[in-house]
Amino acid sequence: MFRFILRRVLWMIPTLLLLTFVVYCALRLATNPLASYARSNPRIAKQPEKMQQYIETNGLWDGFGGYVRGYFHWLRGFLTGNWQPSIKGSRPVWPNLKQALINTVRLGIVASMVAIPIGLAFGVFAALKPGKLRDSAVNTGALIGFSVQPFISAVLLQLTFAVLWSKWFGSPLLPTSGMYPPGHEGFDPVLMLKYMTLPIIVVSIQTIAAYSRYMRASLLDVLSSDYLRTAKSKGISDRRVLIRHALRNALVPIVTLAALDVGSIVGGLIITEAIFEYPGMGKFFLTASANGDFPELMPWMVIVTTSVIVFNLLADLSYAALDPRIRLD
Amino acid sequence: MPRSTQGFDLTDLQIPPLEHIAVTDASIGILKESISPKKMAFKRFMHHHAAVVCTVVLAFIVVFVALAPITTRYGVNESIFKAEAGIPNQNLAPRAAAWFGTDANGRDLYSRMIYGAQISLLIGLFTAIVSVALGTLVGAYAGLKGGKIDDVLMRVTDIFLALPLLVVLVIVRGALKNVDWVVAIMGDPGSVRFLVILLSVIGWMGVARLVRGQVKQLKEREFIEAARAVGASTTRIMFRHLLPNAVGQIMVALTFAIVGAITAEATLSFFGFGPDAGSGLTSLGLLIRDSKKAVPPGYWWLVVYPCGLLILISLCINFIGDGLRDAVDPKMLQDS
Amino acid sequence: MTTVPALSIRDLNVTFKTLLGQVQAVRGVSLDVAPGEVLGVVGESGSGKSVSFLAVMGLLPKSARITGSAVVAETELIGASNKTMRKARGAKIAMIFQDPLSALNPVQRVGHQIVEMIQAHQSVSKADAMSRAVELLDIVGIPQPKDRARQYAHEFSGGMRQRVMIAMAIANDPLMLIADEPTTALDVTVQAQILEVLERIRRDLGTAVVLITHDLGVVARIADRVQVMYAGRIVERSEVVALFEHPTHPYTQGLMQSLPGPTRERLHPIPGAPPNMLRPPSGCAFAARCPHSIPACSLEIPELRPIRGSESACIRAEELQEVLS
Repeated sequence: MFRFILRRVLWMIPTLLLLTFVVYCALRLATNPLASYARSNPRIAKQPEKMQQYIETNGLWDGFGGYVRGYFHWLRGFLTGNWQPSIKGSRPVWPNLKQALINTVRLGIVASMVAIPIGLAFGVFAALKPGKLRDSAVNTGALIGFSVQPFISAVLLQLTFAVLWSKWFGSPLLPTSGMYPPGHEGFDPVLMLKYMTLPIIVVSIQTIAAYSRYMRASLLDVLSSDYLRTAKSKGISDRRVLIRHALRNALVPIVTLAALDVGSIVGGLIITEAIFEYPGMGKFFLTASANGDFPELMPWMVIVTTSVIVFNLLADLSYAALDPRIRLD
Repeated sequence: MPRSTQGFDLTDLQIPPLEHIAVTDASIGILKESISPKKMAFKRFMHHHAAVVCTVVLAFIVVFVALAPITTRYGVNESIFKAEAGIPNQNLAPRAAAWFGTDANGRDLYSRMIYGAQISLLIGLFTAIVSVALGTLVGAYAGLKGGKIDDVLMRVTDIFLALPLLVVLVIVRGALKNVDWVVAIMGDPGSVRFLVILLSVIGWMGVARLVRGQVKQLKEREFIEAARAVGASTTRIMFRHLLPNAVGQIMVALTFAIVGAITAEATLSFFGFGPDAGSGLTSLGLLIRDSKKAVPPGYWWLVVYPCGLLILISLCINFIGDGLRDAVDPKMLQDS
Repeated sequence: MTTVPALSIRDLNVTFKTLLGQVQAVRGVSLDVAPGEVLGVVGESGSGKSVSFLAVMGLLPKSARITGSAVVAETELIGASNKTMRKARGAKIAMIFQDPLSALNPVQRVGHQIVEMIQAHQSVSKADAMSRAVELLDIVGIPQPKDRARQYAHEFSGGMRQRVMIAMAIANDPLMLIADEPTTALDVTVQAQILEVLERIRRDLGTAVVLITHDLGVVARIADRVQVMYAGRIVERSEVVALFEHPTHPYTQGLMQSLPGPTRERLHPIPGAPPNMLRPPSGCAFAARCPHSIPACSLEIPELRPIRGSESACIRAEELQEVLS
């Protein structure tokens, strides 16, 4: 077990190196940092020697060899904590990025804690009477949930609870943008939850839909298994059959999926954050890519890919911990 | 946030193996020959009432949209109500002359929705065909060959599918549009062709994984072993034996790829990475993008109708895919 | 038989609702199993042999419609309430299955699964139940039972898994043990060992055993009586020796001839296929494949009736006996 983890962690290093190199090349191509820099600093752009200096300090050489050299230049700076400042405004990247990360994780965790249990409950509810009305209802609901994309539900919710609501009742029911009212200082959980309500609903729709289907499929699979028939043949109560044998075993793949999903929260709430002006990772990404801000996007991508890879490992570990048939070696 | 909802990989949900042979359960004593697999699948599809209703609704929408100049009332960029003195023709609420109202440029929303749906459906269909064709070939080859190719393919697609779809699309789009020879092939970044190729470049991966899994299962079956034993070539086994047996699953993948592409187009357009609105065309994504601006002043029709149409189309295709999946899954025989 | 039977089934019918229509899986099965007796039930897949006993155990899916009666120790099981059913299952009547790997919960230790069975019907402490479980594993011949009880099903070999299933089934000393193809998934040498375990349990604990199989060889080894099923009905029932020496039903004769044996030069498979149970034939279900069928066979369904000490459902049983012997 320990050796497995060690080996997987060691494997993560070359994987991340390769992945960040690919991302480096793609981002260099996509953002063209030199042009972005020239755009943000029109006065410097007229001085060729200053531009050349910018290329040298940031390793923005051209050609394949230049990209490889530039990648290692970037890597050294990244690992030694010597990060390039953002192109737009020339600010240090980490403080803003850290705040965005915290905000997104907060939104993602709260939304998951609300939505996953609801989804699982719907899934169990449906699987207990397959083919009956409640099953069709949950199935239909889930497909509707899938069909209502986050940007659609976000726009519709904003229209209903803010604009139309204030037209009908005088004031909006829920705020539609930001995490706090403009100018607010400090930490206020109640106010924050109020601002997070609509984003949470938007994220939850898709999550509930997905988990109700995962759970339904997984539970139906277990319910039709031979060992469940054995459990029934033992004369134990239906409740015990359901909880001890069916639910316990049906949750094994769900936990794995949930671990993978949590890993993709970090970069996965872009749409919701963008529409509700929520100052998280998604907003950070969209602003940075609109500015072609290479020094901001690169660490952003490192965090997102690392999170995906780490939670992949955690998913494997949780699977092995819950199912004795899985051997880690 | 859930992986399944990032557009393309709705097909990843647990899909049981396809058993074309064992259509019926021998242990309860029905003759295998009593009905053909295709007929059985059709029968099961018809049993999925919602899927049948959705097929009818979608067929209706498709016909309506295909007959665009006949079914629309105005041109896609035509401003109306010029004649009505004193009444501005922008942002008019629904009325007899414009059933769904007009937009910020005074254009008829109803007509624009039909033109928009046309483009969205075309993008969905073309992307799905390209990515399913590509994904099927790669997936079948990797599944059949196994070994290194298979490993590498799975690693690469694993990571790509785990990254947020929108991020991948935005970065890949940005990178591709800055490479001259790519632009020469794919066309202008604001064109529909560019978008279709971009979505296919990402979209084939989910399909490849699905087909690979299917092929790996089929590979172990006797009839493939038999074909191998008599010396059939890999290509022959792939096209003659494997793909015909996986065709049900590929159909399901195609359906979900269509809805995935329509959704992806809408998402990209919503954030301004889609086809160019300036070129006079429109799509459901572009219409919904406009609706964002209509929220603060409360022009509800500009929000509700385009969003409703996109939901309706995705819902129909999702239901058809669901019905198809049940139909090709022999486990569904009982308890229904 | 004067003693009260361990299991008594009367006129059992099972139909399944499917998309294609009603499948009549079991059509009027009646039988008695005496205490301590081994009854072999033989038939090909689809003959209704497993379905009949799954129906008795209440383990069929809800799409099954079951009528008739099945009594174990004065308890009626068909249509019984949940509570009655729960008290009977595992305590009075237990069952083991064809594939012991999938029949055991993969994520629970086997000892724990036996403990669960014991605690479902006896009020004993967990520790006592566990020592009883270890004892049971020892009885069915599992070496180092104490260590093995802490392992998972996938850590056992096929034969050992089936022994675990048997240990679990006999945990509450049931009157009746139903073994559904217990040896089909196993190697021939292991098959013999499992049959020996079943035989010993019958001898030492007096448990009646119903052995469902499609393998006449298995039946010959341990059964006292055999009943042959075809298309949801019993076509022949007799003492095991009598069955092998002079089978009375053409289907049984066909089965014997399709068996490989040392003296037989050629195998004679039965031509044709079993009937479609969506629309079972009006007369004898075997008539279409029977070499001896006459028009009268297709007129009405023949009942099981006594012939020379055994029972047969062939209207020409007497004639054929004379012709064949």
